[in-house]
Order: sequence, then C-alpha cells, then structure tokens
Amino acid sequence: MKLVKIDKSQWSQGLTKSRESYRLYGPVETDGFHGFKALAADEQPDMTYVNTRLSPKAILFPQSEAIVTYSLDTNDTDHHVQKSMPIDENPRAIVGIRPCDAKSVTLLNLNFDTSAYKDPYWVKALAATTFIGLACDDPRSTCFCTSAGCGPYHEEGLDILLVEQQEAYLAKILTQKGEAFAKAAGWDAETEADDLFDTNKQAAEAKIVSTVSTDNLKNQDILSLHAAPFWEDVSFACLNCGTCTYTCPTCWCFDLQDEVQGQSGKRFKNWDSCMFPLFTLHTTGHNPRGTKMQRVRQRFMHKLKYFVDKYDHGIMCVGCGRCVNQCPVNIDIRTICEIMNTYSPEEQTAVAD
Amino acid sequence: MEEHVQNPYVPYPVRIDDIEVATEDKSLKTFKFVFLNEGDEEKFSYQAGQFAELSVAGVGEIPIGIASSPVEKGFVTFTVNKAGVVTSHMHNMAVGDIMGIRGPLGNWYPWDQLEGKNILMVGGGFAFTTLRSSIVYMLDPENRPKFGNIDVVYGARTPGMLLYKDELIEWEKRDDINMHLTIDTPADGWNYNVGFTPPVTEQKAPQGDDNTYAIVCGPPIMIRFTLPVLEKLGYTHDRIIMSLENRMKCGFGMCGRCGIGKELVCKDGPVFTLDQINLTPKEY
Repeated sequence: MKLVKIDKSQWSQGLTKSRESYRLYGPVETDGFHGFKALAADEQPDMTYVNTRLSPKAILFPQSEAIVTYSLDTNDTDHHVQKSMPIDENPRAIVGIRPCDAKSVTLLNLNFDTSAYKDPYWVKALAATTFIGLACDDPRSTCFCTSAGCGPYHEEGLDILLVEQQEAYLAKILTQKGEAFAKAAGWDAETEADDLFDTNKQAAEAKIVSTVSTDNLKNQDILSLHAAPFWEDVSFACLNCGTCTYTCPTCWCFDLQDEVQGQSGKRFKNWDSCMFPLFTLHTTGHNPRGTKMQRVRQRFMHKLKYFVDKYDHGIMCVGCGRCVNQCPVNIDIRTICEIMNTYSPEEQTAVAD
Repeated sequence: MEEHVQNPYVPYPVRIDDIEVATEDKSLKTFKFVFLNEGDEEKFSYQAGQFAELSVAGVGEIPIGIASSPVEKGFVTFTVNKAGVVTSHMHNMAVGDIMGIRGPLGNWYPWDQLEGKNILMVGGGFAFTTLRSSIVYMLDPENRPKFGNIDVVYGARTPGMLLYKDELIEWEKRDDINMHLTIDTPADGWNYNVGFTPPVTEQKAPQGDDNTYAIVCGPPIMIRFTLPVLEKLGYTHDRIIMSLENRMKCGFGMCGRCGIGKELVCKDGPVFTLDQINLTPKEY
C-alpha cells in the first residue's frame, strides 16, 4: 500500500492531466442538491459535498440503458434480428465517491456478475471504472455505515482513498487501477505512513452514532419473519412511491422494455421497483405481491434476510441513510432492521395467548 | 456468434417454420421455430422442463416452457396462450416471420434423479407443454429403458382443449405408457375418463412409494386439489415435483421480480419439489 500526498494547489492540475486517459465523473451541485455527473472539460468535482441525493450507481447501471437494437424495415437483410448495443469500454473514473457508495458497487456486483450469467453492460462498465473515494470526516446524523458492514474510511470497492487534510489530500493507493490513475494524474509525491490517517479514521467512526443490529438476522426463520404481524404496522404509512428503491445504492431490480421509432427499435434496461404492483403482476390479473404490505415486506426481507441468507456478505445496505432522509412518510430501515433482528415468534404467541 | 454465448440479453434469431392452432377455442397456437444461424441450435441445448424467453423485436419478451423435446432435432416448439401483449402479437404473426429466442433458461425436471423410477405426470389445461417435452424424451427408444412405469393423467375442459391430441391418442395405444385422459363433462365420441383431474388421479394413479415420483403441472385450482390426493396416495413432499410461474423479465436471475424468498423462480426454478416450495413464502 502506497500513500501519496496531493497538494491542494496541484489538485485540479492533476485531474486535468488524468482527463487525457479518463472520462471523469464527480459530485456537482445542481438546484441545491448534489449529484454525480460526467464532468465537462473544465468542470471540477465539488469535494466539499456531504453526500449526493441519488447514489452514483447510475454511472454503471443507468436508470435507462439501451442494450439491444434492431431494424423493423423488411428491406434490411437482417430485419427483426436483435443485436447487442455497442458497449463503451473507455476508461472512466468516479472522483470523490463516498466509501458507502463504493461498497454498494461490490454488492450490486454479486447480482450482475455471477458464475452462471454475466450482465455484459455492467461487467464492462465496472471493469472500465476507477473508483477514487473521499473519506467522510463529517457524516450525517442518518449515516449508519459502521454497523452496516461499511465505514467512513472503508476501502472495499475503492481503487484510491483520499483523506482530506488542511492543505492537501492524502491518497491511499489501493489497487493497480488506482496506481494507473495516480500515474495518469501525476500523483507521485510518495509519503511515509501518516498517523493522522488512523487518528482521523477513528474520529470519523466515532461521529457515527446511529447503528443497526444485524447479528441475529441470519438465525431468523424466513417463514416466521415473513408471517410476522409487524409488517402491517411497518407498511401502514408507506405510499409505495418508490423513492427508497430509486435512491438506494444497492437496489438492482430492473425492467426490460422495447421502444420503437419509425423502423428501428431498441430494448432498454430500466430501473424498476418492488414498490410497484406492476413489478409482479401476472397477465391473468393474479398478483403474488398485490398489497402494499406485501411489497414493503419484500423490500425489507430482500435487503435484510434473503440477501443475508443467499450471500455471505451481510445486509444489502451500506448505511448511507438516503432512504431514511428521503422517505416522505419517515419509514426508517434502522427501526425495521431492529424489529426483524429481535423478532421472536414465541413471544408473539405468548402475547396473543 | 460469440456474442450470443456471452450476452444473455441477446436472443438467437429464429424463423417461424410452422404455426398450428392447438385448441378448439383458438386461444393456443403451437409455434415451430428454426434457428437462422448455423450452430445456434447446438448452443440452445436444453432439457425437458426448461423454458425460454420468446423475443419479438419492437414488442417485447415472454417466458414460455419448451414444448419440443431434446430428442427432437432441427427445430424447437412452444405452445403459446394468447393472453398479454407479446403472446397476442405472436398470434398475429405468420410463417416466415423472424423473431428471437433467449435460453434455454431455468432448471429442469431432475432426470438424473428420476432414472430407474416410476413416473406419474399430472397435467391440466394448457400446462402440458413441458410434460409433453418430458414424455417424448422418456419414450425415446434410447431413454425408455431408463424409467419404470410411466403414468400420465391429463385433463382439459373438453376434448378440443387437450393439447397435442394426435400424440395423446398414439400414446393411448402404447403399452409402455399408461394414459389417463379426462375431460370435465361427457362429450360425444369421448371414450376415456370424465371428471376433474384430481379425482381421476385418485382413481387411476399408482400409489406413491420410494420409487415413484409425481410431476404436477396445471392451473392453481388443479394443483390445490391434486396435492391432497397425491399425499393420500402416499407421495412424500420430496417426491412431488412442480414447475412454478411468476412474472419474469430477464429470465436468468438478475431483474429481481420473480423471487419467492431467496429463490428466483427463473434461475433457481422453475422446477421445485413440494418440500422446497414449502420452505419459501407463497409469492407465486
């Protein structure tokens, strides 16, 4: 592991230099909210942001992405033959991604890159992307990453971790991809291990006071949790608006839809949401998750139980707090996690008796 | 060509070689497809019980069980009920039209495990497609010795609603398969059983034992009344095999909608034993 010091006065110069080899994405403020976007040639990432309203997952998993193309013109020899859209494999870097969002990419990868099937649009985008993280020294009150398998200085999914100092960034080069980016940006002022790094890390972790308990989720019985009476209460206020799944960095569900213009068409992969009745509606009219309660239960069971059981990677949540901040009726995943973690069917029966 | 193997979203191009109306009410048609590109048929190597996404450019995709059998070469067939956007569009398509097939997808009936066993198949209505694939597979001269007794209970509302009727009549005549065809109410010229599938199963199906497996495919109402019958006949839940359906998009376990608990019907299924189904939330 290598530590490099980047003088803040040299920061934008380094980024400019890196643009010769990379397309840059970074946090930018628009209309009072931060979001990740492709940076214009002279545009700088706003490194003073706390976190973005939407997660940067769209850079690798766009909200709407054309994947298949075809001609419907019968004069074309290959009309109605469906072909893959070309996949952009040019190198790109996300500058200033928070450790929680970087970790979420590793969770999404469990879905899109499996031994049986690989989503080439995801796999190639991920391979082309370098993740340059920005450690969090000033977390929000709704951040609970330290108990969600993550942390303000968490390195999983990152190629470089930047720690802000008074006059400089301390860059921890974590991977070969990170090494290559540092080289392209001219970040070569290697420095000795700095105590400040650990001190800052501990201070940042101490600032995160909100936590979830997840230790008992794996022991819970799927069918007991599924049949638990608390879901009616938990889902009562939900509007099924889908804001939680839309803002969540780990939600991966999608839809496939064809769109035709004139004689040519494309098939799109679009974000979808378990909050919507159409997600599971059968053509017969039967809907296995036809009620609001069933859909809310699906979201939390997927994140906090099915995922936990299926993969050995903890919960499907990195503690970024976006859904907590943005839910219009204040449904809080931390509360529900607690209920699920401590649920005891025996006690429920005892009360009912 | 390489692209197809690597990219699970891109279908193999196929040409509609034949379309046959499959039921008297014309709600079902059987489509026979041939692959446009040499080599694709080999890549689309499947087992009885699997499904595929039928893909129509400009319209969309629909998951349908494969009705042809692995022992039939040169084509694949699917029997399609006219129900939603894609299937209704398909019912208006013509021989020679080009579309796509993605797959094969999902798991299949556990043929390794079924070797040497007696097989009972219970089917209802148009959920007979993968059972047809299975029967043709088992009756293949090379495969027939691998299985014990084969019993098939298949019911439909009327004689004209039974799928693959010519084949059913042929199988009736054979002595290496016991057919128990049934229709809901008596009809002229019908010489077989009359009554719903569950009671006919109770009367005609062999007793369940360690060497006998039941494969059940049908509408929910048939399944509901058939399972108690099978239990009564002595079929244990690990020897009752079912094929589930759910709304699907990708068909290979990524888009997330067909989940029943931690299992995805498209990738971990569609074939499950009743034992396995009993461990999952009833969200299908």
